[in-house]
Amino acid sequence: MGARPLWSGTISFGLVSVPVNLFPALRRERRPLRMMTREGVPLERRFACPREEREVAADEIVRGYETAKGRYVVVTDEELDKLAPRRSRDIDLRRFVDRKKLDPAYFERPYFLAPAPGSTKAYRLLAEAMERTNRAGIATFVMRGKEYLVAILADDGILRAETLRFADEVRTPRMVGLATKGKPAPREVAAFAREIAKLAKPSLSKAELEDPAVRAIEDLVAKKRKKGIKVVRASKEAELPEPIDLVEILRKRMAGAGHRRRA
Amino acid sequence: MAARSIWNGTLRIGRRALPVKLYSAVEDRTIHFHLLHAKDRQRLEQRMVDPTTGRPVAPDETLRGVETKAGAFVLLEKDELPEPREEDHEIEVTRFVPRTVVEPAWYDRPYYLGPRDGGTDCTALAAALERSGRVGIARWTMRKKEYVGGLLPGSGFLVLSTLHHAGQVVSAAELPRPAGRDSAKNERAMAEQLVAALEGEFDPAEFHDEYRERLERLLEAKARGRRFAFAREKKEKRPDDLARALAASLARVKRGREKISA
Repeated sequence: MGARPLWSGTISFGLVSVPVNLFPALRRERRPLRMMTREGVPLERRFACPREEREVAADEIVRGYETAKGRYVVVTDEELDKLAPRRSRDIDLRRFVDRKKLDPAYFERPYFLAPAPGSTKAYRLLAEAMERTNRAGIATFVMRGKEYLVAILADDGILRAETLRFADEVRTPRMVGLATKGKPAPREVAAFAREIAKLAKPSLSKAELEDPAVRAIEDLVAKKRKKGIKVVRASKEAELPEPIDLVEILRKRMAGAGHRRRA
Repeated sequence: MAARSIWNGTLRIGRRALPVKLYSAVEDRTIHFHLLHAKDRQRLEQRMVDPTTGRPVAPDETLRGVETKAGAFVLLEKDELPEPREEDHEIEVTRFVPRTVVEPAWYDRPYYLGPRDGGTDCTALAAALERSGRVGIARWTMRKKEYVGGLLPGSGFLVLSTLHHAGQVVSAAELPRPAGRDSAKNERAMAEQLVAALEGEFDPAEFHDEYRERLERLLEAKARGRRFAFAREKKEKRPDDLARALAASLARVKRGREKISA
């Protein structure tokens, strides 16, 4: 079993073409807590009209944008399609910038770019050149009807794409009412420098970044499983997505891609 | 008009306590739609339904299920779910690590921290952080969720950015380098030339969410009862970077030819 990539495209600039597959770099926060009946049937979301007091079918539903209380502008799927950017498989690389100048406040979601099978050479050349010169690529691409602005970064020979927030989505300090009142007093700065030094450590352990709620739920689930308490087999009607081991899939893609031999 | 703060707290570093206000550093510009009944434009209500009976189930009759690898669910009562730590409005910094220890991919959402009492502690701390090249690791509970975050300087102000939880972010170090034979020296030189040809600065203001802008114009036209022209999307004119790079490489080829024919 290998999960399919989220999307496939080609990093393009000039005559350079590097076909890649996109995978998310974030695992799920924790196993989701699904709402179930007391008999163990997973609940499903439905929509109902409060006036007619009944559920409505998909073809009775439209999308509305609220312009004033209770007033809506209706937009159809067709119209949204017409507005959508033209479909393309190009990851349009516009320029290379100094990696250190990228502000992580602009980073939104991380993805891995795995080389498409049979094309590791161009991928490796690009990743290595970017790493040696400390450059990140700025690119745009269209995925599932949305246009994304991304930074492409190379680390350990592997390319990653971080979607970037647009400038009007990031607030400056002034926009939240913060203003500088001149340089801070050296004595105050020195006092904080001492506090920082007292708590300075060279590294971080994973335990520091753990979410205690996740641990608590996992422990509880393990205990109940062992004792067979309240464990239900999913019925055939319930659609269970197969649990995915993201790292395993990525490992196979990175290693397998290079081992293909042309017949 | 300045954006309002969303939360108040006390930042604790060793024995120091800074009363702070938290401001979101990110503005959500997504256009949100409601689902409406086409017939009467009533806003639809969402309900959770038992698919086998088609009937809605009241929240207090529900359990929570966690899927196991064996294709089954372990059921949990709502009161078995862990309670988050009490929201005591304390942001505790437990250590300061070198900036490079926290990978950029670990950062999630940034917030600004401003002084609640109008003092200069926040900017003094930001300056000390900048000089130290370190980032503080902090924990706090906000809106029933526990967060872990990085405390860093941003343009002279304090930024607290939430971090993804442990093990959530797959790092490149966990993956093997794509295999293949080593590249030749001339191949590497050429790759570096190509990278250099597209060298430039990154100004975020240069890029716009054009889809969102088109959608905003459509909504505005509809609200005013005007027609909207769905323009055939033109292929954007490529910026000159590429043209310049191609011209430069052609010029080099020409010079090369001239030398040979001389």
